[in-house]
Amino acid sequence: MDASHRLRAPARVRGEALTAWAFLAPTLLLLALLALYPLGYAVYLSMTTTQVGVPGQFVGARNFVRLLDTEIFTLTLWNTVWYTLVAVTVKFVLGLALAVVLVQRAPGMKWIRGAVLVPWVAPTSLSVLAWTWMFDSTYSVFNWTLRELGVIHTPIGWLGVPSLARLSVVLVNVWCGLPFFAINFLAGLVTIPSELYEAARVDGAGAVARFRSVTLPLMRPVLATVLLFSLVMTSSDFATVFVLTRGGPVNATQILATLSFKLGLATGDLGQAAAISLYLVPVLALATYVQVRLMRRVWQW
Amino acid sequence: MVTSRARSVLVAYATAAPFVVFALFPFVWMLMTSLKSNNELYDLAQNPFLVRQGMTLDHYRFLFERTAFPLWLRNSAVVAVAATAASVILAVFGAYALARLRFRGAEIVSTGIFIVYLVPTTLLFIPLARVVQVLGLSNSLWALIVTYPAFIVPFATWMLTAYLSSIPRELEDSALVDGCSRAKALWHVVLPVARPGIVTAALFAFTLAWGEFIYALTFISTTNLKTVTAGVVVNLIRGDVFFWGSLMAGALVASLPVVVLFSLFLDHFVSGLTAGAVKG
Repeated sequence: MDASHRLRAPARVRGEALTAWAFLAPTLLLLALLALYPLGYAVYLSMTTTQVGVPGQFVGARNFVRLLDTEIFTLTLWNTVWYTLVAVTVKFVLGLALAVVLVQRAPGMKWIRGAVLVPWVAPTSLSVLAWTWMFDSTYSVFNWTLRELGVIHTPIGWLGVPSLARLSVVLVNVWCGLPFFAINFLAGLVTIPSELYEAARVDGAGAVARFRSVTLPLMRPVLATVLLFSLVMTSSDFATVFVLTRGGPVNATQILATLSFKLGLATGDLGQAAAISLYLVPVLALATYVQVRLMRRVWQW
Repeated sequence: MVTSRARSVLVAYATAAPFVVFALFPFVWMLMTSLKSNNELYDLAQNPFLVRQGMTLDHYRFLFERTAFPLWLRNSAVVAVAATAASVILAVFGAYALARLRFRGAEIVSTGIFIVYLVPTTLLFIPLARVVQVLGLSNSLWALIVTYPAFIVPFATWMLTAYLSSIPRELEDSALVDGCSRAKALWHVVLPVARPGIVTAALFAFTLAWGEFIYALTFISTTNLKTVTAGVVVNLIRGDVFFWGSLMAGALVASLPVVVLFSLFLDHFVSGLTAGAVKG
């Protein structure tokens, strides 16, 4: 907005501020009560020995420190890092590939774009149920196919063997999250002026060189935003692991959210459970910091 | 020329095909599983890609007649519609203030709303369970109707702020000069123009509310009060016995409402997803 406008109508500006706060009040009240307060309460709980129905004592950072000495927690933390890094990397690479595929022109491309988005739209906990069935120890369709092709002779325990279970949960997370990457990358791709590609072509750049010198640099803000969002969403994932493996076998796929749920609901140890979920905060803080800096550049009005 | 055009179309289809198969196969599998009799489903000698012994609606009949599935569908509909309506109303007012009105602290508020938008539900479900209990809403649909807007409103506000900012200011300026109040200008001038943006926000709100899982799992324990996501995953499995036919039927039927909405409003969804609705 321009300064002259502001100088001309000070009374109207004051009225505007009042209207603005009135319009925002319900939202701010809601978020204070149902987001900020719970967040603060989680921090408080994490510093106590609260059990369900039993008020606890204040113990400071003891829960956080003690967790690091627990084998199941360090395994969970490591699993979460592995799960997040592998899944986000695969989604990033495949998402870029899928965006390049979807940007092509062909009759019916709109419906192809729609089709690859369906995993994002369908409720995750229910579509993951289909994957659980496809990974079934006895009736897995993958095992049947591989056996018919003569690749394997004994069934593969997709969700029963620790290393395979880790791969399986990543695969399913990639399946759910790929559309979000692809469609955002696609939106980034279509904003690149075709003249730039023409110029690069004239300069003798091949397809790979054009991708590296034109596509990647211009896509950087989109790539960064999607990457950060996905880091937060993937590290805090719950439904995929809960439905597929419940964290098993022997905690091989346990991640922060599922362990927190298990402790909070099964054993009622709210202090520990809150501390576990708060180990997500570093990722959240990083994403917030970078995103707010990116936003400052965009939000200039 | 014609052949090179045909070739590029062919390349487009060929490269897209593996992704389409990957995306849709689990849903095809749900459908096939739900239509087969148990005899065939649990016979390892049968080719699972074929339906040999005829299709049956037994699993669907079981689901609708012998389980609480119809109630779960109704509960999900009630919760999703109520949460969507409440969220979109709040978001329209908030977004209008952020996009149009000048006030001290606008930047802090918009940044704050954005940060809340990034806070995952898995971080909040434990303390929120306590809030829900204090409010006396435990084990009722109200627990979900009240808490869902907390994650829907931030993103809907975000989306609508961007949308409203793209609408020319002059439209309402003339109405304001004519002596309209802000609320009237919002209602008569801005809302009609902003309808596509509002529809998109509502569609996303509904999709997120319909698919929400961890709050539904935590705040509601009575079988008949569950929403469909928690009900199918928790209550259709008895001990260690999985009734795959009816499980897949349930997963499919419960996915249909959002997938149908999605195909009806495909363009809205694609534009909305790029406006930053997270779930990746």
